[in-house]
Amino acid sequence: MLQPWAFIGIFLPLALVLAASPLVIARVLAPHKPNAEKLSTYECGIETVGETWIQVKIQYYIFALIFVVFDVEAVFLFPWAVAYQQLQLYMVLEGVLFIVILAAGLLYAWRRGALEWI
Amino acid sequence: MTGLSFNDPFGTLGNLIRTFLLGLGLPAPWVTFIQFLVGSVVLIGATLGGGAIVLIWIERKVGARFQDRLGPNRVGPFGIFQNFADAVKLITKEDITPSGADKVVFNLAPLLVVMSVVGLWAVVPFAPSLIGADLNVGVLYLLSIGGVGTLGIMLAGMSSNNKYALLGALRAVAMLVSFEIPMALVLLVPTMLAGSMGTVQIVDSQATWFVALAPVAALIFFISSVAEIGRAPFDLLEAESEIVAGYNIEYSGMKFGLFMVSEFLHAFTVSALTAVLFLGGWRGPGAETYPLLGLLYFLIKSGAVYFVIIWFRFSSPRVRIDQLMALNWKFLTPLALAVVVVTAVVQKLAEALGWPMTPSLLGANILLALLTLGVLRAYARALRQQVEAQRGPDSAPAGAVGGA
Repeated sequence: MLQPWAFIGIFLPLALVLAASPLVIARVLAPHKPNAEKLSTYECGIETVGETWIQVKIQYYIFALIFVVFDVEAVFLFPWAVAYQQLQLYMVLEGVLFIVILAAGLLYAWRRGALEWI
Repeated sequence: MTGLSFNDPFGTLGNLIRTFLLGLGLPAPWVTFIQFLVGSVVLIGATLGGGAIVLIWIERKVGARFQDRLGPNRVGPFGIFQNFADAVKLITKEDITPSGADKVVFNLAPLLVVMSVVGLWAVVPFAPSLIGADLNVGVLYLLSIGGVGTLGIMLAGMSSNNKYALLGALRAVAMLVSFEIPMALVLLVPTMLAGSMGTVQIVDSQATWFVALAPVAALIFFISSVAEIGRAPFDLLEAESEIVAGYNIEYSGMKFGLFMVSEFLHAFTVSALTAVLFLGGWRGPGAETYPLLGLLYFLIKSGAVYFVIIWFRFSSPRVRIDQLMALNWKFLTPLALAVVVVTAVVQKLAEALGWPMTPSLLGANILLALLTLGVLRAYARALRQQVEAQRGPDSAPAGAVGGA
């Protein structure tokens, strides 16, 4: 049962290492002559003004919240979907009820204007 | 899995390696470890190498044809070695880390992006006996590893200390994160139809392809996948005419190359996933007995979907971010919820009433699609009447917004 996960456990770190290998080769082959001009931030030739890491507008926060709600609830639905073939009709309808509540939440967010990109 | 059979080269090869290593006197867990290691290297090499060299060449050639150009044709026959030349160039370019950047995160981000894309291939069944790992939660694995790629893009944009990159990263946050919702919801449909989250099981149960049972779901999955890979018409996160190169603006040399490879590979990956989840994967006449044939079918189906993605890319203008978010939250997400409900209810109803499965599911999907189109039409009409009422009766038609 755990054997596929052992493969994943080897596969993902190896993917990381193999992805890093061209960078290592480039480190050997490529020239490395940094200077202040070269390392400055690119902004179409103009000196950059002000901080980059600034506060961003609240819209992103609202979308992130809606995302979390929906993604977590989608994860709740997966066990139901796996068991679906063995379920009776009324159990399926309970799942549907859950989705309807989810849709009501979406409708609420929609009516409150949370889905408008300002 | 007994003995040698030339019908099944992959299984035979795996068995040969295993018997050879066991014959050397290694304990069984070590043999498994080495087998996995070899499998991983082959799979990563094939995807990364194939992605870097073949896919980019194909995309450039096909895209050139869409734009009435020739594409690369100087290096090698039909320009096929163009990407080797590009790779050599990228490797020998100076690698710049801007002075204000967060160095660790800046260098980690491209690796994460590549890892996430390559990681998706671990659960893609190429042929009946050819798969990295047959996880029983394959679909969830796809979602979660796909999320790592989004994280990588966000880290790349945030750590660059560049305002264009920051804008790209913020767009990536809003967009990639949002499009995971319809994708996750619509992945419930193949899960329900197959009764399992494992990709092998999903392919096995596609005696009739799921695209025939759930065409709307397939379409939603395809659209949100195209958005997820950040391709035109959804390439807001690297919109070159607005924010120069978006999240990867400060990257140069091979680190940029990694982003590029992962983008092309991701496009092919989602094509492959569409093929696996909705187009029957390796299924086709004779695929069970000859796995090589199954691999061929799989590549043909993925290639067909990939062609459509390239077609998308070279023929559609970029959408605005508010349009994009509206498309996702007000169209795809409710539709995905509706598809899940319709599939769940109709299949059980058909079972209870003794209707044939495929026609009733297909009919329900077509009905749903028509209903959606009707709602969209009514909405568009209402919008147009609103605009016309504002303009007065004898002004230009509503289509000519640009002239106002």
